[in-house]
Amino acid sequence: MPTTLFDKVWDSHVVRRISSGPDVLFIDRHFIHEVTSPVAFLGLENRKLQVMYPGKTFATADHNTPTINQHLPVKDPLSANQLKALEMNSKKYGISHWGLGHARNGIVHVIGPENGITQPGMTIVCGDSHTSTHGAFGAIAFGIGTSEVEMVLSSQCIMQPKPKKMRITVNGKLGKGVTPKDVILYIISKLTAAGATGYFVEYAGEVFENMSMEGRMTVCNMSIEMGARGGIIAPDETTFTYLKGRELAPKGEAWDKALAYWKTLKTDDGATFDVEHNFKASDIEPMITYGTNPGMGLGISQHIPTAEQGSGKATYEKSLDYMGFHQEDEMLGKKVDYVFIGSCTNGRIEDFRAFASIVKGRKKADNVTVWMVPGSHIVEQQIKDEGILDILQEAGFELRQPGCSACLAMNDDKVPAGKYAVSTSNRNFEGRQGPGARTMLASPLVAAAAAVTGVVTDPRELIKD
Amino acid sequence: MAYDKFTVLKSTAVPMPIENVDTDQIIPARFLKATERKGFGDNLFRDWRYNSDGSPKKDFILNNPVYSGKILAGGKNFGSGSSREHAAWAIYDYGFRCVVSSFFADIFKNNSLNIGLLPVQVSAEFLDKIFKAIEADPKTEIEVNLPQQKITIIATGENESFEINGYKKENMINGYDDIDYLQAMKDDIQKFAGQSIY
Ligand code: SF4
Repeated sequence: MPTTLFDKVWDSHVVRRISSGPDVLFIDRHFIHEVTSPVAFLGLENRKLQVMYPGKTFATADHNTPTINQHLPVKDPLSANQLKALEMNSKKYGISHWGLGHARNGIVHVIGPENGITQPGMTIVCGDSHTSTHGAFGAIAFGIGTSEVEMVLSSQCIMQPKPKKMRITVNGKLGKGVTPKDVILYIISKLTAAGATGYFVEYAGEVFENMSMEGRMTVCNMSIEMGARGGIIAPDETTFTYLKGRELAPKGEAWDKALAYWKTLKTDDGATFDVEHNFKASDIEPMITYGTNPGMGLGISQHIPTAEQGSGKATYEKSLDYMGFHQEDEMLGKKVDYVFIGSCTNGRIEDFRAFASIVKGRKKADNVTVWMVPGSHIVEQQIKDEGILDILQEAGFELRQPGCSACLAMNDDKVPAGKYAVSTSNRNFEGRQGPGARTMLASPLVAAAAAVTGVVTDPRELIKD
Repeated sequence: MAYDKFTVLKSTAVPMPIENVDTDQIIPARFLKATERKGFGDNLFRDWRYNSDGSPKKDFILNNPVYSGKILAGGKNFGSGSSREHAAWAIYDYGFRCVVSSFFADIFKNNSLNIGLLPVQVSAEFLDKIFKAIEADPKTEIEVNLPQQKITIIATGENESFEINGYKKENMINGYDDIDYLQAMKDDIQKFAGQSIY
């Protein structure tokens, strides 16, 4: 019977099926970080349980780490305490730990792929909803809660009902200035923030086939923002080329064997999905959000829509009120106070290349504060090696050190109340970037255009042909 | 972590007819710095509940003494956003045992079931009836009967059945969790792991 990619990977990991209950799913790779793991370790201790396969779990510090002066002791005692707990727990149970200052440290969803820990056909989980990022490699990857972190540590399994399947196909060619971030913001704006709840999404079609691995990660990353458990893209030559030679990717004979298997990982012709959506690449323009959930996005040249009648009207008005925007406002020209480029959505080398392509030969606008935060030390090094840092510094920007930073503002990188931020991260919820902060999500190109002009600007106007 | 068993809950409810209540509202990230699972209820809905100087916001529902109870009734797409189980902890720790909505985000639903907080998904019409009933009388009681999978507005007798998978239902009724289950099947897991190519 023709089978989907998702079914192939899921079914090959089911240890037991419970009738009228969840599947017991074996987990190949488990990432942990300082925020959602301490209570799971406490749970192990209370029950006197051991970590079953410490070699399958990887720890990194990212969520509440400072992005300047990382060589100094962490000032916030609560953050320092969580970082210490991660270090101690990793040591105690024999888990690999890339803490603050480690050469391979960085945001969990950036370091997994760049070090070859993430591979096609795997099941991957982490106590962070953007674990969906790893689906770009043809893996089933999703976020879990702390109780489930404890399950994976103690039994390498979690119990999950199998999600339904959705396929989103985008064919055609993307226009000038339209990036993977715009593609996913466009899809979410069409499907809404809850439009894929209960589903696992496969992305298919020319647009994704022609996309780089970085771009695919950006897309899969935001699957959760339409409620999907995760997103998956069939592995192909782009995937294999990206992985080959990475630190923890298979080598030699093991590589050949793995590759032969990975090549079977695709949806068969005729396999069926519960839901299918089709979009045209030519309909997508650079996107920006105007509200307080990622579904509230529109093409940058458009005006904020008027509220639809019905139960959602009050919520919609509350959202615009929080943003200080009005129905029918034009987005172009809106004032910007902060720009954030970084996060597991757009903190990779390709994103900094894109950002630099716009700022090259221009100057940072005086009214904007810009936080540039690489997703990892490896990305930071690439920025330096490729000469991007010089371009950025010349334009008046500074590079910070890696971490989640203003994506969730657990550290000091908080946007002040009432201020407007154009952000390349993934959530524009109320207060996400600091209490009272107002977030507009966009691509690195739109962020760069805002950083040099000080207002919401169409990046297509700044791209040299 | 073991939790209270859940069979039949009869209680007044707190209405929150807002859609897309996300986990950043339920518990903002800056309160996730604990290394123990304690005290999260104090910061439940922190930025909706308190002004920046720490004084309570008068117009927020949890600060209105007229409304109380062990049931939280929320608008569509409740619990969207991050995977933080802290959101479910905060609701539980505050004293709720059940959240009713017409639609839940997946991870939130899973997390709730894992810690003994019952998510009850009802139709949009029934949710509306609940909001209206509470508006008419804040002391109106709602009964959530897990064994029968039925939710009833006691004053009017209006009721609706709800879904929950059989395995999770047993767990909730007995106060068991998945970790107990998985520990009991370690041999199978080991065998499975032996064949993994990763
Ligand atoms: S960058 Fe943001 S979304 Fe990504 S792992 Fe960090 S907090 Fe989560």
